[in-house]
Amino acid sequence: MTAGVAPDPVGASRRRLVLDGLGIIATAGGFGLVYGLAARGAGFSPIEASAMSVIVFAGAAQFAAVGYVLGGFSWLGVVVLTAFLNARHVLYSAALAPYLAEVPRPIRAVLAHLLTDEAFALSIAHFRRIGRADLWGYWWAAIVTTFIPWNLATLAGVLIGGQIPDPGRFGLDVIFPAAMAGLAVGFVTGRRELVAAISGAVIGVAVGLAWDPAAGIMAGGLLGPLLGLLTPPGRDEHRREASIDLALTLDVPSQDRDPR
Amino acid sequence: MSTELVLLAVLMGAATWPSRGLPMLVPGIDHLPARARAYLELVGPAILATLAAVNVFVVIDAERNPSFHVGIEWLAVSACVGLMVARRGLLVGTVVAALIAALARAAGFA
Repeated sequence: MTAGVAPDPVGASRRRLVLDGLGIIATAGGFGLVYGLAARGAGFSPIEASAMSVIVFAGAAQFAAVGYVLGGFSWLGVVVLTAFLNARHVLYSAALAPYLAEVPRPIRAVLAHLLTDEAFALSIAHFRRIGRADLWGYWWAAIVTTFIPWNLATLAGVLIGGQIPDPGRFGLDVIFPAAMAGLAVGFVTGRRELVAAISGAVIGVAVGLAWDPAAGIMAGGLLGPLLGLLTPPGRDEHRREASIDLALTLDVPSQDRDPR
Repeated sequence: MSTELVLLAVLMGAATWPSRGLPMLVPGIDHLPARARAYLELVGPAILATLAAVNVFVVIDAERNPSFHVGIEWLAVSACVGLMVARRGLLVGTVVAALIAALARAAGFA
């Protein structure tokens, strides 16, 4: 009788993360080009456009800044708008925080700078699959699938100029919402997650239409989980919660939670 | 080559980092009550679904005025969701979604 090889859940989840990230790379590249082109049109130099993509690294705020700089908006207004547009990151950071509690603070501070919609979606899906943090997975999601393509494409857009076709022609604009919706499906393991997802989406669209899309994302992300919590869990969810509580009560040894 | 806007980038980065970093760095985040942990577990599905829905259904003009929009994007994203439910993988889902949108636009349907 031969001993079977134990399955490697981390390796399998990393492979899935890499595959899941391919579409995100195409999106980041496509819209990074458009951003670079828009920045060039607004009179940004390559250094200025790249500084935005490296230091701010937040697509919606960068596109808004291009428009407001072009329109002669005050810097104070641009900075306040940036804080508003990026406030949703509070939710991402809070949701990731329990997984990253064992990671040294200086590293967490760097991880935070790289936190985007895409990095959050890919990394939290990966962490949930393996039940703990995996820094390799976070770096991959944040740097390889988003930071590098976004920055290279920004530079290409601002240097090459007007020879770039509209990414919408190739359907690249739907990859981001499709990836977010697809990853949300992976999270729905019970009634509560389903209610949180659907109610968050409905609230987000309603508030987005009534006020601003950024406010809609915050509202859906804050209120959806509340409505999910108010939903009575199914029988399987009761069992899962009980097993999680038991694991926490038993205090899993720290080497089992090593985030590397 | 102008570098004046680098300072604006630094200010925008300074306005962004606290929302990204502070919750991660708050002491005791790993010792939250069970109810708070359960809430944070639900943030993932809620915010991802919200991002998808807002991106598909809400469009903004140059002055950031929002309006409701139903187009080929809805069908494309639904196809991706259907493929994920059928366990075909996110890559297949996103490629099919992009193809649907690209073909519909090339054919003049969207």
